[in-house]
Amino acid sequence: MRALAALALCACAAAAAAPPRPEPPLPGTHFLGSDLKALQADDFANPGLLWVARGEALWSEGAKPCAACHGEAARSMRGAAARYPRFDAGLGRVVNLEGRIDACRTGRQGLPAFAPESPERLALAAFVARQSRGMPLAVSVDGPARPVFERGRDLYRTRIGQLNLACTHCHDERWGKTLLAEPISQGHPTAWPAYRVEWQTLGSLQRRLRACFFGVRAAMPDYGDGDLLALELYLAWRGEGLALESPGVRR
Amino acid sequence: MALGRIQVPARARRGEVVEARVLIRHAMETGFRREADGRAVPMNVVNTVTCRHAGREVFRAELGSGISANPYFAFWFRAEESGEVTVEWVDDAGERGVASARIEVS
Repeated sequence: MRALAALALCACAAAAAAPPRPEPPLPGTHFLGSDLKALQADDFANPGLLWVARGEALWSEGAKPCAACHGEAARSMRGAAARYPRFDAGLGRVVNLEGRIDACRTGRQGLPAFAPESPERLALAAFVARQSRGMPLAVSVDGPARPVFERGRDLYRTRIGQLNLACTHCHDERWGKTLLAEPISQGHPTAWPAYRVEWQTLGSLQRRLRACFFGVRAAMPDYGDGDLLALELYLAWRGEGLALESPGVRR
Repeated sequence: MALGRIQVPARARRGEVVEARVLIRHAMETGFRREADGRAVPMNVVNTVTCRHAGREVFRAELGSGISANPYFAFWFRAEESGEVTVEWVDDAGERGVASARIEVS
């Protein structure tokens, strides 16, 4: 009996180490209506490109611009967004793309960090993410990033809020079904920063995650909170191989 | 910062009817929204959009609070001569924006 229990425990631990991913993996675009799909694909009308244009201007603006170190973004930033969140050896912690931009601003440029969800921060993040368009998500979850990944993996399965739901209950068990009138996606983070029609503006993945916390009536973590970052890393691992499409358009 | 873009075909035959597309970044505040601390955000929308080509106005729109944020327009006009197609807009706070694109008429 005890051996059986131990065996069961082992099986659980193995499952928790490499949790299953939805098959086949489908990007959020798959669950959009035809109008939003068309809007995202339209390189003129996609409103997210307004932020990309602003980010492009910011890239070479100021006394010590991003371009001074990184040169041409089309070359130096190609594929960068697909590798974030990642462990940054210089900072000694895991950061997402926006966090890396903040670190450059405060550390290298000697400027104050942007406020979360400020237009400038979103613009730069969107501009950098745009350089990885079509490239597959490929984050590293080994080594120093492992504890953050495991925290995200566990949070993903932890019930929260008055509705007492975990991410997995919608995005693993019920994707493709509907929540009221809306199809439930697999929750892959390929489009962010994305233009969300509900917000009428561009927003970060953290803002989207906070909206899910709100949706299940849980307390929303602050921007930059470790829980959000851990979830970001877990989601990026979970969506591995899917093509980046930022700036996406979402409901 | 006022930011917008306009798209017209690079080339057209004289007298051809061509499509212009305009996208403007603007929050289009309705005046009904409140900040997290309860302060009302005053109404501020793009109230006028005008488009000129070859010295004449080809399109004008007057907008109100019912138009979405980051408004998008598509309209048609007759291409009469080569030159800039310029769209200008102004919001309730008096901020102006301008964007232009060139069309070659043969």
